[in-house]
Amino acid sequence: MKTVRIPPTLRSETGGERQVHAAGGTVRELLDDLMTKFPGLRSQLVEDDEIAPFVNVYVEGEDVRTLEGLDTPVEDGNTVILLPAMAGGAPAPLVAAGSRPAEPASAARSAR
Amino acid sequence: MPTYRELLQQVKAEIDEVDSARARELLDGSESPLFVDVREPDEWNDGHIPGAVHVARGHLESRIEGAAPDQARPIVVYCAGGSRSAFAAKSLQELGYENVVSLAGGYTDWKRNGFPTQLPRTLDAEKRSRYSRHILIPEVGVEGQLKLLESRILLIGAGGLGSPASLYLAAAGVGTLGIVDDDRVDASNLQRQIAHSTETLGDWKADSAKATIEALNPDVNVLTYKERLTSENVDRILADGWDVIVDGADNFPTRYLVNDASVFHDIPVVHGSIYRFEGQATVFKPHEGPCYRCLFPQPPPPELAPSCSEGGVLGVLPGIIGSLQANEALKLALGIGETLAGRLLLFDALSTEFTEVSLRRDPNCPVCGDQPTITEYIDYVEFCQGRPTHA
Repeated sequence: MKTVRIPPTLRSETGGERQVHAAGGTVRELLDDLMTKFPGLRSQLVEDDEIAPFVNVYVEGEDVRTLEGLDTPVEDGNTVILLPAMAGGAPAPLVAAGSRPAEPASAARSAR
Repeated sequence: MPTYRELLQQVKAEIDEVDSARARELLDGSESPLFVDVREPDEWNDGHIPGAVHVARGHLESRIEGAAPDQARPIVVYCAGGSRSAFAAKSLQELGYENVVSLAGGYTDWKRNGFPTQLPRTLDAEKRSRYSRHILIPEVGVEGQLKLLESRILLIGAGGLGSPASLYLAAAGVGTLGIVDDDRVDASNLQRQIAHSTETLGDWKADSAKATIEALNPDVNVLTYKERLTSENVDRILADGWDVIVDGADNFPTRYLVNDASVFHDIPVVHGSIYRFEGQATVFKPHEGPCYRCLFPQPPPPELAPSCSEGGVLGVLPGIIGSLQANEALKLALGIGETLAGRLLLFDALSTEFTEVSLRRDPNCPVCGDQPTITEYIDYVEFCQGRPTHA
């Protein structure tokens, strides 16, 4: 079994668990096992059978995209960290939440 | 026991000396050696050789490492007449400096030859006192403090992260702080946004923070931008000239806009974000390390991206992450230490645990990669909202 750290934004899908165990010899097998146990994670982690572009998966502190992607081997005792993008700073409604006027479509302008 | 004169002769025999004319050639040469002035502070304050660093003889052994970290770089050490510098040169040799010479005749002879001199930039008595705890640190010192006073740091957001970051940067004597925030102070902010107070409820956050900063340190010039950062105004705001951006934005469109603008303008960004008990911090240094798009090529779809206003945040958490951001910004401004560039620091307040993961620059990154496809600002709201699921 490997330890998977669940980020706070995904804990509603794991019953509040901060850390869960999953089985598998590769990142792909591990995520499959995880998503079988917690089906709500699927849309938050994968897209088109790839790791979603708004999520990073780290094995022992290394981004699996810089290793072998979903085929990256995971050994017993390894810690896997799931890390979705987090916008929060000064907490305020997200622009996308619609409670703020969305800015007008930006005219493309060269910065250089 | 040798007399002083004998000892001096003995030391001079063990070191190399150059005369003023040769030292002048070295100073003007393409690979100028480091000139180290070992005189007393009052002598230094009356003028010194241009570009020299000041390490008084009495502090030489303990402070030279900070002033001259590279032991292979040639050093010309000088005093007023060439005696103290002879002893200093010997000490430097013993400390492992490989190429040290003493200026024969010292600063007196240099001046007599009509060679260029420079008056040191100094801090007045009030600033010496205010920043005394910085000045005592060899890595900062008077030079570093002067650097901070000339630094310009832009804060995106004067909320949870921007509050502590701006206060510590102001206290540190960063000469110019810019604050971009289009929000007003709300009662629900005061649980963590310590730049504001009950008295400034309803005021612009930028104005409220400016008042707090000015009360803390009148040396700081605060520029306020009471507007939301957009593709339309970002170039105007960045044109005011910033050394570092501290990103404490609360939404993805601004995060991506700040990222792209920082790459286009080549300004390092100190990134921080928080949610409930957990925070993240890193430094994005354009072209040297990864950028935000290398880390997250795309934002999550809005329905998967909860904000702090929905999820909440422990009040002290932005204090910790914002202070880490201030620390990174100060190091970038001073040019010292190792920043978080290439490393993402994760902090869990509930277990009091720091974890680090490594970040790498993506050579295929659309903004900072080898063949960038995004070379001008896009519509960031649309980018973060209407992302097709199957691109």
